[in-house]
Amino acid sequence: PALAEEKFGLGRPALPEEVAAWNKDVLPDGRGIPEGRGDVFTGEEVFAEQCAVCHGDFAEGVDNWPVLAGGFDTLGDKDPVKTVGSYWPHLSTVWDYVNRSMPFGAAQTLSPDDVYAITAYILYSNDLVDDDFELSHENFADFEMYNKDGFIIDDRAETEYTIWSGEPCMENCKDEVKITMRASVVDVTPEEADEGADG
Amino acid sequence: MDDALKAPSRRAFLKGSAAAVAGSVAAGAAVAAEPDPLITELQDWASSLGEGVDETPYGLPIKYEDDVVRRNVPWLTADPISSINFTPIHALDGTITPQGCAFERHHSGAIELSKPDYRLMINGLVDQELVFTYADLERFPRENHVYFCECAANTGMEWAGAQLNGVQFTHGMIHNMEYTGVSLRTLLNEAGLGAAGDLKDKWVYVEGADASSNGRSIPMEKALDDVLVAFKANGEALRKEHGYPVRLVVPGWEGNMWVKWLRRIEVTDMAVESREETSKYTDVLADGIARKWTWVMDAKSVITSPSPQSPITHGPGPMVISGLAWSGHGQITRVDVSKDGGMTWETARLGRQGDTKALTRFYLDTEWDGEEMLLQARAMDETGYVQPTKAQLREVRGENSIYHNNCIQTWHVKTNGEAENVEVS
Repeated sequence: PALAEEKFGLGRPALPEEVAAWNKDVLPDGRGIPEGRGDVFTGEEVFAEQCAVCHGDFAEGVDNWPVLAGGFDTLGDKDPVKTVGSYWPHLSTVWDYVNRSMPFGAAQTLSPDDVYAITAYILYSNDLVDDDFELSHENFADFEMYNKDGFIIDDRAETEYTIWSGEPCMENCKDEVKITMRASVVDVTPEEADEGADG
Repeated sequence: MDDALKAPSRRAFLKGSAAAVAGSVAAGAAVAAEPDPLITELQDWASSLGEGVDETPYGLPIKYEDDVVRRNVPWLTADPISSINFTPIHALDGTITPQGCAFERHHSGAIELSKPDYRLMINGLVDQELVFTYADLERFPRENHVYFCECAANTGMEWAGAQLNGVQFTHGMIHNMEYTGVSLRTLLNEAGLGAAGDLKDKWVYVEGADASSNGRSIPMEKALDDVLVAFKANGEALRKEHGYPVRLVVPGWEGNMWVKWLRRIEVTDMAVESREETSKYTDVLADGIARKWTWVMDAKSVITSPSPQSPITHGPGPMVISGLAWSGHGQITRVDVSKDGGMTWETARLGRQGDTKALTRFYLDTEWDGEEMLLQARAMDETGYVQPTKAQLREVRGENSIYHNNCIQTWHVKTNGEAENVEVS
């Protein structure tokens, strides 16, 4: 749709410093990445200090916190392990997300070099680079992730909508119905916090 | 149906209601043996005084409704900050969700952002990059619309089987509010899209002011269609936990894209493919390949009463089967209800014709014969789409897509009026 509305003259021009402060996103082709570098060795130290308490020394995850490494070739399994290595399609997302939103509870406290180093260490934890690897703004855009071809654009219009439409069955739709599964067997629903009814 | 499946009562909160059923065997046309003292004896409230008008400047529900609250499931997430809670849809009626019990989903907690501290930036491929204050936004022409916001993960725990026993937990990652705001189109026009060139292949990237940022990419066609930059919901300011003072409203699309505490809108020439549209909110199919950009929430419905948290307590006779239906593709045109697990269906009555991409209430006014029922609802929308069964969904997607589970839900209603979340063949 074309824009043909009047302007209201509201707001004011954004200053370059303001745009730079907030516009941090890094695109899959590498645009938006600041200059800097970091190697696996440095990343191991930064990761131990900033990340390992939740994500584990080897990015394997502690308790219920996210696993960042491993799980290769499990995506078609009964219980896929979706990690940076096994699942994420773009390196840009790793850098961007760590830079903007990690560590959890103290986001946006890492320097660009720290983020490069952490990213290099996460790649090393996934056996995607050797221990002497250095990641920088120069080699960043060339790095290809393991599952880069693992995604298709929403195809429900072709695979689902054409099938699940039209006048549905109203009578004699099945011969019999059997209960095949019950939530009470799993029994993981939180109890109501009502002592009075416990009588 | 299988008599062996009459499981014993297992929830403390159902014991009271089950007892009430047992005590009212002569339901229906009851005859009073004794005069009712609630009528024949003077009650205190009919004689003494109630509270003054200065008692409650901003009120909460009466204490007898204290079970109508948001609840969470601690084992679902690693901590309660990046987590979810659930709207008590088992106890609500109509379509508008009270804001105070409307579900929350945060990735780094509900932040406190005042109107004076609020800034909204538009940058990227625009003619003039702009900064707005909150006061600026209130000076643009406003629109009002009712829309549902459904988390992409609503019903996601149910992919592999019947797991959580209550419609609040299986279907409560949803709310429906009347929003007031400025169309995103108006704000983009203010910045000017001449610099963007051909708009067909352009995107907007939206992010919040919180630490998680929750950045998402939205194709320009949708951005210029019906997306709202909203600052009021159900007549008043947004609640803190729902994005105060400004959130994005993305009608019909997965809740994750309804960015809260909205601080920046960037016009780009490609999708950012942020964490929330790669690692998360992508749907793994059976072969391990994942769908991305599954934005629309398909037609869906659920019976809210009776349901596990809302058992039948009145015994056999007249009863109301009540529920909600909605579709991200437009209006709900019809809801069918089955009492026998999908063998036969009756068309329900819509409370009123629902708005497009909004919750619609349906009722089936019926008789309960006191026998077991396998209750189901099946929604249809204006595109002709019919809500599928879980088996149909699994056939296409497998069991690991996490998101977008819009399957037909079954409640097994037992002879004592209790209901349970089950799957049927």
